[in-house]
Parts: sequence; C-alpha cells; structure tokens
Amino acid sequence: MAIFSSSSTRLVVQGITGRDGSFHTRETMAYGTPVVAGVTPGKGGEIFIGPGDLTTPIYNSMDQAVSETDANTSLIFVPPAFAAGAIMEAAESGVDLVVAITEGVPVQDMVRAHAFARDRGVRVLGPNCPGLISPGKAKIGILPGHIVTEGPIGLVSRSGTLTYESVHQLTAMGLGQTTCVGIGGDPLIGTNFIDCLSAFESDQETEAIVMIGEIGGTDEQEAAEYISGDMSKPVVGFIAGQTAPPGRRMGHAGAIISGSSGTAAEKIKAFEDNGVGVANRPADIVGLVQEVLS
Amino acid sequence: MDLHEYQAKECFRTAGIPVPPGKIARTPEQAEAIAMEYGGNVVVKAQVHSGGRGKAGGVKLAVDPADARKHAQNILGLEIKGLTVEKVLVTPTEEIDTEAYLGVLIDRSSQAPIFIVSAAGGIDIEEVAETRPDEVRRFVVDPRHGLLPHQAFWLADFLYDDPELIKQTAKIIGQLYEAFTNTGASMAEINPLITTPEGKVKAIDAKMSIDENELFRRPDIASLRDTSAEPKAETLAREAGLSFVKLDGEVGCCVNGAGLAMATMDLVKYYGGEPANFLDIGGSSNPDKVASALQIIASDPNVKSILFNIFGGITRCDDVANGIIEALSRIEIRAPIVIRLTGTNEELALEILQNAGFSAYASMDDVVEEAVRLARA
Repeated sequence: MAIFSSSSTRLVVQGITGRDGSFHTRETMAYGTPVVAGVTPGKGGEIFIGPGDLTTPIYNSMDQAVSETDANTSLIFVPPAFAAGAIMEAAESGVDLVVAITEGVPVQDMVRAHAFARDRGVRVLGPNCPGLISPGKAKIGILPGHIVTEGPIGLVSRSGTLTYESVHQLTAMGLGQTTCVGIGGDPLIGTNFIDCLSAFESDQETEAIVMIGEIGGTDEQEAAEYISGDMSKPVVGFIAGQTAPPGRRMGHAGAIISGSSGTAAEKIKAFEDNGVGVANRPADIVGLVQEVLS
Repeated sequence: MDLHEYQAKECFRTAGIPVPPGKIARTPEQAEAIAMEYGGNVVVKAQVHSGGRGKAGGVKLAVDPADARKHAQNILGLEIKGLTVEKVLVTPTEEIDTEAYLGVLIDRSSQAPIFIVSAAGGIDIEEVAETRPDEVRRFVVDPRHGLLPHQAFWLADFLYDDPELIKQTAKIIGQLYEAFTNTGASMAEINPLITTPEGKVKAIDAKMSIDENELFRRPDIASLRDTSAEPKAETLAREAGLSFVKLDGEVGCCVNGAGLAMATMDLVKYYGGEPANFLDIGGSSNPDKVASALQIIASDPNVKSILFNIFGGITRCDDVANGIIEALSRIEIRAPIVIRLTGTNEELALEILQNAGFSAYASMDDVVEEAVRLARA
C-alpha cells in the first residue's frame, strides 16, 4: 500500500516540454511510473521521447489529454506566472490528484486556485513541493528514486532536501518507506500534515510516521493535536528553524515567523505536550523511529 | 518585500484612501523646507523597515519648521533595531478624535484574505487579539467573490456608532482591499485609522508587505525596493539568485535546500556555535553560483569558518564537488572550509575533494562539529 498513489497511477505532465519538466518526466518514466500524456499548449500532436524506447503523446490541453488517455494524476512544471492557471485547468479536467512542483507561484493566485480545486473535490499537493514517491510503486515528482526503498515508514515533510536527508538515513538503517510526501514550502499549500497523517493512519503497511516541519504557520501545532487525539500509529517529529530570526523568510515562502507566532520552540512544545517524540537533530530521527517501532 | 510607510501611503492614495499629504526628506534642511510648506505643525517620521519606531524615538511632533529640522537631525542616522534611518517622512499633524486598527492579510489557515478591525488602534494588534479578543472583528474574504459592500459595512460598523463614519470607513475598507489585490500584497495595514473632530476618517500610518512571488510581473512595485534598507550581502545574494539571510554568528553556511539550510544552522547552535547566515544554494553544481555564494559569505568579517552541507539527490555529488573546486580556484577565501557531501556518487565526490586537499565528510554532524571547532579556534 501507499498513500495518494498506487500502481494504477496514470500520470499527465503539464509543462512536459520545459527544461525541468522534460528532465523529471524522463526520471519518472525510468522509475516505471506510467506517463500517459504530456500537455504543452501549442505542441499538441508532438511526441515526447522518454528513456529507452518509451514515448508519450503531447496534447494542447488537459481536457484533451484526460479524455484521450484516462490520466488520473497531474504533475505540474509550468512556470510561476501560469502555474495557478494550470492547477485550475487540471482540477477541471477530471484528475483526482494535482501535484504542483512549481516554486514562486504568487500567493494571491493560489488563493483562487486552492478554492477552485476545493470546490471540485480535487486534491492538490504543493505548490513548491518535491511531490511524492512510493518506493517500487509510483514516483510523482522530483524525489530521487534511488535513495528510497520499500518498507514500513511513512514520511511527510515541508522540505525537499530534509526529506532526502531523513530518507537516506532511514534507508541506511534498513528502514524503508511506504510513501514519502513533500507537502511544500509555501504559505498556502493544498495537502497539509493532517491530510497525510490521516492517510498514513489508514494505510495498512505504514507502521510509523516521520513528520518534518519547519517554522511558519500553525500546521505542525494542529497536527500534534491530531496525532494525540486521532492516531494510533506512532509519529516522530523534527522541526527546522530553531535559529531562524523572526520576520525573515528562510528560503521557503512559508518559512517565516510572523510576530511571535510560528516559532520552532512553539511547534516543538506542541509536539511534546501531545506526547510526540521530537528529534533534536536530523541524526536522531532514526533512533526515535527504532524506539517507537520496538 | 516590505514597503516604507511613504510608499504604502502612495499605494493607498492611488486606491482613493484619504491619506494626509507628506514628503520625504533626506537632510534636516529638506525637512525644514517641507515643514514650512505645511505651515509648521508637522510629524517627522523615520522610514525604516521595523516596528516600534515611536518607542525608539523615530517619530516626533514639530511645532515649527526649525523644530522639524531639529527632530530630523536627531532621527536621520538613528539606529532602530539595527537599521539606520536614511529618510524621514514629513507630514502635517492631524487632530485626532479616535484611533482604530484596520488590516488585511493572507491567512494561512483559511487560505484567503482576512480582514481584522479593532477600535483599539495605534497599538500592537497581535496583543489586542490575544488579550482582548472581544475587541477584534475578523472577516475572511471568499476569493470567489471578493469583498462585498455589505461585508465592508459589517466590519466598519464594529468600529463606530456614527453612520457617517461607518460609511466613510466601509469605503476605505473596499479601497484597502483594492490596494491589497492590485499590488499583490500579503499584508496591508492602517494603524491607526483616525477620525478627526470634523468627522473625517483618515489613514495616518500605512504598512504594506508585497509577496516576493508577485514582483516578476509588477516591475513598478519591484522598483520600490529600498536596497539601502537591507545588508549589502542580501542585495548581492538576490542578484546572484541565492536565497540568503544575514545573521550574527561566525560559522558561514552554504547549503542546498531551505529545510536542510535551517537544520544546518540549528546544528551549528547545537554544537555550541552561531550561524553567520542562512543560504540556500539550490540544487545546482554551477561553479558560478558556488563562487558568488562563497564571496558573499566570506565578505562578512565575523565569519571564522565556512561549511558546505550538500545533499546530492538529483544533482550528482561528484558534479557538485567539481563545482566547488572550480569556484575555489577562482577566488581566495581566508576562512577554513569544510565540506559535507552525501547522496548520489558520494564516495567519488569525497575522493575528488580529499585529493584536492579539502576536509570532506559524509556526516552532517561531523562537518558541523568541525566547522564550529574551527570557528572557535
């Protein structure tokens, strides 16, 4: 099992002909996830050449792509100015899941796009996220396939490289993963910690969850309450940004302490108050996972 | 990107909000001349990106032009929370009956703009919301429809009893929303919104923050950025396409990924050091980027050691290692450099670096510990 993806994932890539889009589409195809269509307006009718002898047809619109190929998941590499439009187009096309990798989407655009997708019951992951990977089953995004391995750990994170770092350490200790999800570093994201925790709670193969948060907002605090109130599976937490100064954006648009709210200390306290183990440093995550599993 | 008060007021004026006139002075003489123009009774206000200007002595009332010059003299060059005042806004003094708070910002949890109003104006709204929640009214705007007139009235009605004041305020609320959406703001605030003895509602202070992601399509707003109000290293980093925040410590950090960069800073602290900066170099092995990053970090005289922490996921570690070596061959850095590379092709990368004479590690803890030791040596 895995969350938000499965062996029946049929992917359409929006922005397939761009630099990042084409590179990661090839990686995704090489991982074995079926990319059934690509969309680049104006390039409909062309063929995208993948690795080996894999190819995929390119369409002008999501509507065409989905009706021709029955794609059920969209992966977006469209530039920031057009990304919110691409998310709304995807949400209207009939796919169930939209994974938006694009970084730098204007936040007022995302206010509209999130409302649009919510109204249509379509799940959005991101934007400004690395996507997700279910080892051996599906890769939807840019998480490198070769650092993950199958196993019982669910991982959810706001950061890409911290995901890599933790997965790498877990894998090195023989702890594989069911699904690793990067929910994104923006202030407004579609799928949040609680959505992922709840999916991992229902996933039969997931035995423990690693949750990597950072400064900014209150998602981690709400997740901590959810864990103690609604979850039976153990969760191990880590929060980045204990040394971040207030009022400054730390790379991610959403990683900012506003006034006195959204600090690492506040989030760590929320975890501790709700009985969730928190690692002091990334190297301690694996030890805590081993503890909760035994 | 934060706007200065005078810039935010200009955006408000464009939207039709009643804002008293005002002009910028860079010298005491200019302040005196502007005060003369306004008849002498003026407020001299420091233009810096920091709250608490009043408490820091950055806002003064003047009774005549000479007084305005004296105040400008004291305020210009004043340091407020580490920022030097280079400009003052000189604006006529207003007679104030009441002060209220009016703001709109992007709310993370409702994923929509939220208005906040309170009759307790001129003070810290966060504190009012915390200690006296009854004195605050909020309204989340439905992004499908925008702010509707009756919703603006409902907000204004919370502030005043006088129908005339409510009417004026509802109009201002609509105009504030227009200024907010037209500039791609993440926050716009009037604190205080005043009423005058003549029964007029006016914005006598203005604060706006623009979403950085909007700037590419709003060159007019982007041009309002005041690079003199930020450390030079941050301007250079932005021009080089690096995400950088200057801090006060002695361990320079060069990391790929924002989350890993924050975790690295935290680990520096964990091992008894202080990070000199936040820097996300991105996933690239481009030697130009590495060289700019190193130059920016090394230009900080506090930096005693520099650490690289790179996870090669998509980028291969050996490419990154070669990029670092090439960058280092172009520029001279006096501080000792320690490098940690892990991920794809890590063994190859460590060998390349060690052969080139660098201290290279595979563990994040080891490299941070060593960088802190070197900084303290």
